[in-house]
Amino acid sequence: MSLNLKLEFSGGAELLVNKVKNHDITLPISSKLWTLRGLLDWIKDNLLAERPELFIQGGSVRPGILVLVNDADWELLGELEYELQDNDHIVFISTLHGG
Amino acid sequence: MPVQCAACGKKAILKRPKTADAMCRECFYWAFEEEIHKTIIDAKLFTPGDKVAIGASGGKDSTVLAYVMKALNDRYNYRLDLYLLSVDEGITGYRDDSLETVKRNRDQYCLPLKIVSYEDLYGWTMDAIVKEIGLKNNCTFCGVFRRQALDRGAMLTECNKIVTGHNADDIAETVIMNILRGDIARLRRCTAITTGQEGSLPRCKPFKYTYEKEIVMYAYFKKLDYFSTECIYSPNAYRGYARAFIKDVEKVRPSAIIDIIHSGESLSIKKDVKMPVQGTCTRCGYVSSQDVCKACLLLEGLNKGMPKLGIGKPHKVRKVRDIHGYV
Repeated sequence: MSLNLKLEFSGGAELLVNKVKNHDITLPISSKLWTLRGLLDWIKDNLLAERPELFIQGGSVRPGILVLVNDADWELLGELEYELQDNDHIVFISTLHGG
Repeated sequence: MPVQCAACGKKAILKRPKTADAMCRECFYWAFEEEIHKTIIDAKLFTPGDKVAIGASGGKDSTVLAYVMKALNDRYNYRLDLYLLSVDEGITGYRDDSLETVKRNRDQYCLPLKIVSYEDLYGWTMDAIVKEIGLKNNCTFCGVFRRQALDRGAMLTECNKIVTGHNADDIAETVIMNILRGDIARLRRCTAITTGQEGSLPRCKPFKYTYEKEIVMYAYFKKLDYFSTECIYSPNAYRGYARAFIKDVEKVRPSAIIDIIHSGESLSIKKDVKMPVQGTCTRCGYVSSQDVCKACLLLEGLNKGMPKLGIGKPHKVRKVRDIHGYV
């Protein structure tokens, strides 16, 4: 058993993960449940190429980066405490880039 | 248990930063568009028959602006002639890509597109300017040239108004930057929804009260086609700090963005504060608080091989020009 997730980085956030927008990842099932907080740690260790502070700040995503879980604002879902489900689609959109 | 829409009870997809309401997709679209409509009506931004140039960079704000302007023009029969107007600064690998996005927007929204280039208007591309001046003051050139370029492009297409995609976050950032710089004249101007009536075309900001988060969410859910890469020449550190500050404050208290704009609007300037007098440039006729406008000065510097001529404070520039005997 493992947890499969689709991650998507856009709006400039993809520049922080080797300029690749879509990442299909598999998280090992551990004794604890996977939350978005745990996913951010995993992203930091496994995907962020350089300058992780441009993505993660104070244990959460940097203000100005929007997060959606299955096309819903993570602010409705408990943010860092949200428990990930198999096949969740997580989107990170940077608003910090020019318009 | 999914959170319900505050308006209709369906499954909510977003928490609005301005009101903290949870909303479903359809109610969010409606609220977002109606607020912009209300801004347009309350500030009387347009009159029927206006020819309006939408400053279009291919980025998120101007892409959403073009889409919403077209939708509202149709829904409420503003009777506006809408155009897309893009400025090609001549930055290889950046602007050429974003202009492709604007061309797709032209076809998707059926709006005519006019592109004006720095090369045609000034004889210099940004690539050429950077070769001359390096990466230190290049943004000064680009910013000053862009302001005039939008006006000139709008006049070429016989538009009588310009709209830009500046949003509430941008304006809050600018208020903070002008405070940090002590730039009283700009501090007073920067919260105005319409600027530039005397001598140049009126320029307005229908997104003045629209949060960046909502613009990006709207673009995401509507799957609008926009371009997001930072300019290759612009570290723009100063605005970057203001931007990070605004976002940090928004995280703690989302209304802060509107509150900062409100603070800017409410400032009144003491009578004894010296304000620059707006006149016109003796060379090109564009609005300027100096006898020669910044764009002409920068251009003179470039053309005479002294690219630093127009950089810095006017009184210092005057000194340099006196020494070198320029008129």
